[in-house]
Amino acid sequence: MLKHILTSAVFAGVAVGVLAAAVQLWLMTPLLLEGELFETGARVHFAADGSPQSEAGPPSLMDEPVRHLTTAGFGIVTFTAFGFLMAAGFALATRAGHVVTPRAGLIWGLCGFIAVQLAPAVGLSPELPGTVAPEVEMRQAWWLGTVIATTVALALIAFGRGTLSWIIATALILAPHIVGAPHLDTYYGVAPPELSAHFAARSLGTSALSWCLLGLIAATVWSHQEEAS
Amino acid sequence: MKNDVKVIAKAQPQSRIDSDLIGIATAALLGLFLLFAAGFAQATVLHDTAHDQRHAMAFPCH
Repeated sequence: MLKHILTSAVFAGVAVGVLAAAVQLWLMTPLLLEGELFETGARVHFAADGSPQSEAGPPSLMDEPVRHLTTAGFGIVTFTAFGFLMAAGFALATRAGHVVTPRAGLIWGLCGFIAVQLAPAVGLSPELPGTVAPEVEMRQAWWLGTVIATTVALALIAFGRGTLSWIIATALILAPHIVGAPHLDTYYGVAPPELSAHFAARSLGTSALSWCLLGLIAATVWSHQEEAS
Repeated sequence: MKNDVKVIAKAQPQSRIDSDLIGIATAALLGLFLLFAAGFAQATVLHDTAHDQRHAMAFPCH
């Protein structure tokens, strides 16, 4: 069992990590670097001279190759970690008599995206560097609580039986948002809102793609191993 | 119905079931450990090298 989990997790995690790194370098890193220009004050939106506009466009990607390589490395680690958790879920589902097909894997991936990216983003939007926010520990606690509550809720919807499962699942999905994510009572944004919005949308879009691929690849490897054993 | 048959057919002795559960728990713990290192740990070196990835994945970063 452990061998099946490790093989699915590592294969899918590394494959998706590499793909996600490429997509992030293409779509996310230019926005990150542009955000840093506003974070450091190298560029100023609504400058003191009263002009309401600021120059748009990212700096070159070629300036810091080591930085982008370590980002790619951490992408692989992150998706391998998600792969371990997902494959552990496959193993539990298989033990309970469910067959994990590649098509089902795609839905597992979508659920991972909903639980780990979309639900927390409803309270804490993806942040450009330089965004001023409450204490990181408070945000991490809310983020983690939301991810756990949403994961349990989706598992209840997928595998639970009876109306009670659905009622508990609905309560678990709503609870973190009723409690509310930690927010400041003032705005501090220094980056143009267009840039922040673009960053948040692309963060969700690229992670949706990565999670779907993770589910699909991990389940494909998993079902091959199950058939072979 | 088909699934039920499969469950019965796959029924294993107690020791095998326990080793499966240990395997599942090991994999989950390994995943959580890697996730903590990549996404959560605030140690400066980890934070700085994982910075861009954390922002891109919308983990609460700093």
